[in-house]
Amino acid sequence: MGSRWRAALFLCLLMVASSLATEAPAHETTEIPNHEGTSTGNETSTGSHDDGHGDGHGAPITTLPIVTWKWHHVTAPYFVALWVLVSWLCKLVIEANHHVTTYIPESALLICFGFILGGMIWGADKVQTFSLTPTTFFFYLLPQVILDAGYAMPNKLFFTNMGAILVYAIIGTCWNAATLGLSLWGCHQGGAMGDIDIGLLQYLLFGSLMAAVDPVAVIAVFEQVHVNEVLFILVFGESLLNDGVTVVLFNVFDAFVSLGGGAIDAKEIVKGIVSFFVVAFGGSLIGFVFGLLVALLTRCTKNIQIIEPGFIFVLGYLSYLTAEMLSLSAILSILFCGMCCQKYINANMAETSVETVRYAMKVFANGSETIIFVFLGISAIDKVIWVWNTGFILLTLLFILVYRFIGVFLLTWILNKFRLVPIDFVDQVIMGYGGLRGAVAYGLAVLLDETKIKEKNLMVCTTLIVVYFTVIFQGLTMKPLVQWLRVKRAAHVDLMLIEKVQNKVFEHALIAIEDISGQIGHNYLMDKWKKFEEKWMSWILMKPSARKQQDRLFTVFHQLNLKDAMQYVNEGERRGSLEFIRNESAFVDFKKKFGKEFSDAMPDIMADMDDDEDGASSMRRDPVPSVSLEMHEQNMRGLRGAEEMNSHHLLEQHLYKGRKQHRHKFSRSQFGINQDEDEVQEIFQRTMRNRLESFKSGKMGVAPPKTITKHAKREDQQKMPNGKHKGYQSGDEDFEFSEGNSASGYDASFPVRPSYIAGAGIVNPAFMPDLEDWSPVHIPPWLADAELEEDPVAPSERAQVRLPWMRGHLHRLSSLRSSTRSEEQPGRRDQLPPPPPPPRPDREEDRL
Amino acid sequence: MFLISVSAAHLLRLYERFQFLDKDNRGHLRPEDFEAVLELSENPIGDRIVEAFFKPGQETVDFPSFVRVLAHFRPTEKNRNRDKGQPDPANSRTRKLKFAFRLYDRDRDGKISRAELLQVLREMLGMQVTEEQLQSIAERAIQEADLDKDGAISFDEFRKVGPLELGSAFILLTVRHLNDEVSSLSYWRSG
Repeated sequence: MGSRWRAALFLCLLMVASSLATEAPAHETTEIPNHEGTSTGNETSTGSHDDGHGDGHGAPITTLPIVTWKWHHVTAPYFVALWVLVSWLCKLVIEANHHVTTYIPESALLICFGFILGGMIWGADKVQTFSLTPTTFFFYLLPQVILDAGYAMPNKLFFTNMGAILVYAIIGTCWNAATLGLSLWGCHQGGAMGDIDIGLLQYLLFGSLMAAVDPVAVIAVFEQVHVNEVLFILVFGESLLNDGVTVVLFNVFDAFVSLGGGAIDAKEIVKGIVSFFVVAFGGSLIGFVFGLLVALLTRCTKNIQIIEPGFIFVLGYLSYLTAEMLSLSAILSILFCGMCCQKYINANMAETSVETVRYAMKVFANGSETIIFVFLGISAIDKVIWVWNTGFILLTLLFILVYRFIGVFLLTWILNKFRLVPIDFVDQVIMGYGGLRGAVAYGLAVLLDETKIKEKNLMVCTTLIVVYFTVIFQGLTMKPLVQWLRVKRAAHVDLMLIEKVQNKVFEHALIAIEDISGQIGHNYLMDKWKKFEEKWMSWILMKPSARKQQDRLFTVFHQLNLKDAMQYVNEGERRGSLEFIRNESAFVDFKKKFGKEFSDAMPDIMADMDDDEDGASSMRRDPVPSVSLEMHEQNMRGLRGAEEMNSHHLLEQHLYKGRKQHRHKFSRSQFGINQDEDEVQEIFQRTMRNRLESFKSGKMGVAPPKTITKHAKREDQQKMPNGKHKGYQSGDEDFEFSEGNSASGYDASFPVRPSYIAGAGIVNPAFMPDLEDWSPVHIPPWLADAELEEDPVAPSERAQVRLPWMRGHLHRLSSLRSSTRSEEQPGRRDQLPPPPPPPRPDREEDRL
Repeated sequence: MFLISVSAAHLLRLYERFQFLDKDNRGHLRPEDFEAVLELSENPIGDRIVEAFFKPGQETVDFPSFVRVLAHFRPTEKNRNRDKGQPDPANSRTRKLKFAFRLYDRDRDGKISRAELLQVLREMLGMQVTEEQLQSIAERAIQEADLDKDGAISFDEFRKVGPLELGSAFILLTVRHLNDEVSSLSYWRSG
């Protein structure tokens, strides 16, 4: 079935291609005269000539035609669309044979498809009508790939490895260019090439265009082999940044070639070096500015949410073009544009827009990547460019491989002296082997001026061979190599919660040790930047609403709840009915029953518990799952994931940020090293409280009594549903416990105060629209602290906790939430210590 | 005892620091001395770190012990010659982890109980997180690590969760600058 379908598809593809091919000559014959003599007329470049003389309007009409054939009217856009379609269909065919792509990388297969298509065109035309022109590539195909790379860049990883990446990108690329050029020249002098007309400068020019590792090829290959993230970011970052270097080198040597050997003196060389820095940093700066512009724009696009995602693409593209216009590095520009704006736009835009950007970015990037590879294949089938020179081609291949490895080993050897975690040998091998060349090199080669460089075609041809060799052969062998060398793979396992906690503890521990030992790190710039970023950039570039942590937390909550609800619905539908949602009577019945039972059995306790809502709420919370116990079981797995995410988000947003581990000397002069004053304040208060506590208890290092005997408690909990047991034991302490902790924390962060106490596991304000009339109290935690301290009596606490025992406060999906909650229940049970609880810092605070 | 590469300059630096902290020139440090380091009060687990310097029951720490604790934070040497019968040096992976483990395990019973983890979380998380959320996080974290289902994390379990996954990407408790200086620990032991 599948194969038949695939065959049909392939046939269809062939038909499209051949129809294109047969169509082409007619098109070409009409076009050629108008063309600037390039036989490689590409659809976009031909398009501009097409508008003037559509055949449809040529002859005077004698009668009204009902339909007319206006092929020339639509030729150019039609070809563009068709080629996009054909390229994507190639990808479709490839991906349909999924088992093939596990052995052969997709990029290699796409190139092979390109060969086939090119062959068909050649067969029909006897001339290559379509090929990848530099204009198309650099203006229409490359930008979105780079923008996507920038937008999806793991910034933290990138910047922590920035040093290494820069070394590889700048020094490594220069090394590659110089050694390749010089070695080829040396071989030429030695007579290995035969009789070709290439001088030293031209060799260097060739070396510079061959030097850069290509981001498109690297992404395509490395995405499929899942190496560890440091290795990936090193190769990937290098491939992105070295494009800037290559383009500069290329331009410099191009200029040198034009100037001729005699005109080059020290001044020109210095100018070349200066231009390198100007081009690279200027490009980055432009990208940065445009990134800020995007962020600023998205701050105020609330009312035009529909086109909001478009700004990122338009401004990204503009940054590319602007840099190109100023002859700065366009690639660096759009890369930095993407990297700068990602944080802010993700915070500023509506959730749907963020999703849109994310997907649209992938569509563009992936799509154009596909087109690039297919056209790289098509371009090969052209008799004109094939000039064979065994010595030149083979030597180039050899030198590229060898010098890449030497460069990587050499630079890593130097870098490892400074790196805390050295790059090990296996990773180095993969880095060296991952030096794939791609379309950028080809594009630059085609850009060469034939009048100045006689052997342009040889160079183009060699470039193509190098590209094919690296992408197809190295891409093919990359996976087995990675497996064979046992390269550390990216951990597929999600980061566990406990790990996150551990990391954070370690981080804080390191900082503390640095403080104690009086050592000072040297990541001064990084630290300064972070400070500046938090103080100014976020303030300017983010919406006020997005800046507030609480609101972000709230949205996360909201999303997760939506997800929960969706899962819930799915599960319900799978089981045939959502009856239990509507069937609230069960819940109400239960409530009545238990309420009654309680007041009957222990009226005095109940009286107490009217105050002590926490006790009651946990009581109510418990039995809820009995309404839909199976459902609960069923849902557990799905909910686990969601809940895990929930917790991760919580951790991510609320863990105190560690001060940068390394600070520069200068920052010693001031104490406010921690950027977030509020956080410092908060920690400080806690610490003081703790100290007070330990001061009171008189002794240093006395551990709090261990109160938990797990199994006994579990049994306890088992008994809970039938009540009776609860009683005094966990009554008041319980209450104190959660009250104290929630007083400053919870109430401050959520506008809907009573929801927490409302019991039945309703912690979740997102589901409680009917409580909106509770005036939102946005009290930041530090303020809440202050408030409490000003008012040591805190009379409101009981009042806060007092719960209107009302139907309205139990929200509709409560059984869902409570089912998730009941999983946490044991923890809660265990946590609540029946004997005197360990000293509660938060309670202390109230007395302060 | 192990890898003696006494670097007098570094040791001197640490000793200067020690003297700086030791305001009254008592020759030993007390918890209050650590509290004089202002940044520590900004550190959510600063107290725990300070505590780690003191042996249970003791209220002072002298210079050798001070250096001994700091020795945990030297980078782990990859190819140190393993002589059998020798105790692990303080900068071995295990010892580092042990150190970290003790940061949690305040009652020194060899297990991180839920309460202990919760306490750490409470110290490290901002005020905006409710107690309920804290508890669910603690609960989940325990569940993740708790292989033998006893409701607490033993050292073995602790060892399994973190560093294996982190691999070389994460520098396990390593302060770059402690590289040389504390290798002179043995010097102080003998002297």
